[in-house]
Amino acid sequence: MNDILGDRKAIAVLLGPALLVYSVAMLLPVLWSLGYTLFSGNAIIGFTYVGADNFVKLANDPAVRQALWFTVKYAAVVTVGQILLGYLLALLYVFVLKNGSSVIRTLVFFPVVLPTVAVALLFQKMFQIAPQEGLVNSLLGAVGIGAVDWFGTAGTSFAVIVLMDLWRSMGFYAVLLYTGLLDIPEELLEAGRLDGATGLTLIWRIVLPLSLPVLLSSLIFSINGTLKVFDTIVALTGGGPGNATTPLTLYMYQTSFNYGEYGYGSTIALLLTVLCLLVTVFVFRSSRRDLTEA
Amino acid sequence: MAGQVRRGRSRTAPLVAALGVSALALTACGGGDSETSGGAAGGAGSFDFLVNTENATVPAMLETLSQAECKTADDAAPLKIETVPQKQLDQKLQLLAGQNALPEQFAAGSSPALTKQLAENGHVVDFEKALTDLGKLDKVQPAAIATIESLYGGFNALPYEYNVEGIWYNKKIFADNGIAVPTTWDELVAASEKLQAAGVQPFAASGEQGWPITRMISGYLFRSLGPDAMDEVAAGEAKLTDPEYVAAAQAVADLGAKGWFGQGVGSIDYDTAMAQFLGGETGMMYMGSWALGNFTDPEQNQIGVENVGFMPFPAVAGGKGSIDQLPSNVGLPMTMSEKAYDENAGAWLGCIADNYGSALLEEKQSISGFVADSDAPVDDLTKMVQDKIASTDETVLWFEAHFPTKATDTSQTNAAPLVSGTLSAQEFMELVQTDLDAR
Repeated sequence: MNDILGDRKAIAVLLGPALLVYSVAMLLPVLWSLGYTLFSGNAIIGFTYVGADNFVKLANDPAVRQALWFTVKYAAVVTVGQILLGYLLALLYVFVLKNGSSVIRTLVFFPVVLPTVAVALLFQKMFQIAPQEGLVNSLLGAVGIGAVDWFGTAGTSFAVIVLMDLWRSMGFYAVLLYTGLLDIPEELLEAGRLDGATGLTLIWRIVLPLSLPVLLSSLIFSINGTLKVFDTIVALTGGGPGNATTPLTLYMYQTSFNYGEYGYGSTIALLLTVLCLLVTVFVFRSSRRDLTEA
Repeated sequence: MAGQVRRGRSRTAPLVAALGVSALALTACGGGDSETSGGAAGGAGSFDFLVNTENATVPAMLETLSQAECKTADDAAPLKIETVPQKQLDQKLQLLAGQNALPEQFAAGSSPALTKQLAENGHVVDFEKALTDLGKLDKVQPAAIATIESLYGGFNALPYEYNVEGIWYNKKIFADNGIAVPTTWDELVAASEKLQAAGVQPFAASGEQGWPITRMISGYLFRSLGPDAMDEVAAGEAKLTDPEYVAAAQAVADLGAKGWFGQGVGSIDYDTAMAQFLGGETGMMYMGSWALGNFTDPEQNQIGVENVGFMPFPAVAGGKGSIDQLPSNVGLPMTMSEKAYDENAGAWLGCIADNYGSALLEEKQSISGFVADSDAPVDDLTKMVQDKIASTDETVLWFEAHFPTKATDTSQTNAAPLVSGTLSAQEFMELVQTDLDAR
């Protein structure tokens, strides 16, 4: 075995094909797209070299600032919501429902397997005001508050998007964190109880520190997923009203494919990549510190 | 020996692997290529037609023709229809054009700018030449050709529709409430107030589409500043943020502020707005005469075709424009791919030029830019529109006619926020002007 792995040619044979496919399918398009940032034009009119023009445009584009702010706001709110609700559910499964949690677990997980577009249509109908009032507006009407045009203003649209995404994904994070909690040895909890720790103290002092690694991986999962959000928003609000709920991904897509500016679209994509990279590095760094402390 | 064999293998294996992967890659490319050329050549001899989902008339009419007058063309290249939502049309056309895979016939882009771009790069048939070659240039009305040329810079689209636009109103509701047909903006506002007081929503408008609202802004501009108002913006001589332009957006926003477009206007799609008007729920609707097909369809029209009236966009006090300058257009027109244009596509084009105008008038009571040789009787509403078209000397375009795609998109997606009050008239015009300046 050592003989084979020590042989450079053998390594080349084993890795070469996979590396080649990976390069052609992944690296080449990524580099290609990076190259586009220096060009303007599209597939119809061809490409012309424009140097750093796209980056200057990026710095001065109010729509980019709006989309960047929305993306960060959305990622922060939804990530916190997903992890918090997921963790609370996981605690509920382990400490309250115990062995009887499987039915609840399945029910809460159910929205995860539904197609995004179906969920978005469901929420669209539930919150709509016209042509017919949806379920939510009917209920508001019944208690005397009156109908709200949920998709008519930036704030309420954002609230519906967040609500939908939390409903759709909290089951996933609950299961992920549940498996983490199951790994905590019962003896440790028992020892804690013998020492007089109960309820919140037990969770704060013992459960939370021991589930930090799985919490951190959930955090990385969640924040990268939410920074790259696309399908839920396209299906629910289409980025509207106006461009109030347009994240960077959607703006990039519109710029490239609707407005035919491939170069500028690639520049926006680069901004998104840098953002994801920065956030991931930040999370990794802080996780390393936390683990050494623990 | 064993060592030799192993060395031999390790020398050839990378080569074999590399060959294998290249073969895979080549097969993948080959597959793509054959698909592409299949698309460009018309999917093995068919007459492919990509059309926006919202347009039900043209596909239905072509299907009728394919079984009757155009049977010969259809036998040689059967009609194959594919639909795409209008919002995704531009993107689809760009991708197909990039792969040289545009179908034989397709709906031109939502903004004329895209069609111009396609034409400049040899993706669109020059119909002047194609129809002259077929000897059928006289089958298209000169007025329609002129409109197309002013929009697209050449005869690059087919006028399956030829429309005038204005405000359609419910005659019965107007009569019941003692409202005379408004000829000025102030009268229109007064009429709306009366309707609202009587419990009738004054306007039906699709905020989801946006253009029914922005066209009221351009309507106001053409009346207040004259027929050149939007040309001056396109030429950079005026800006949308100039006070006289913002005033037009403000006038339309004011209609919305009073709730005259109904609640949740941003969620109203085209069909819903049409159903609201034809169901007698609203008094008025800004629309083009392409809707004659809906008006004359008794299943859709609950108020009766005799109760649908047309008023030109009203005059603005002290304005330079005239109420007789009607907005005209060729709808969202269809065009054909230069690269897929062959004898079979030519046969279809010839047959369409010969028969479409008459067939549309007979079946849908609608008017196209093709010459109609039909003697079939038409109803009063269609006759009225025909007369309007014939008697209009000067026409105007619409708000986004000269805008690039991005500005068009910005204008139409922000129309609903404008009338629902989340965006001020100044902010709306600034957003659109920013996109125009970025050209």
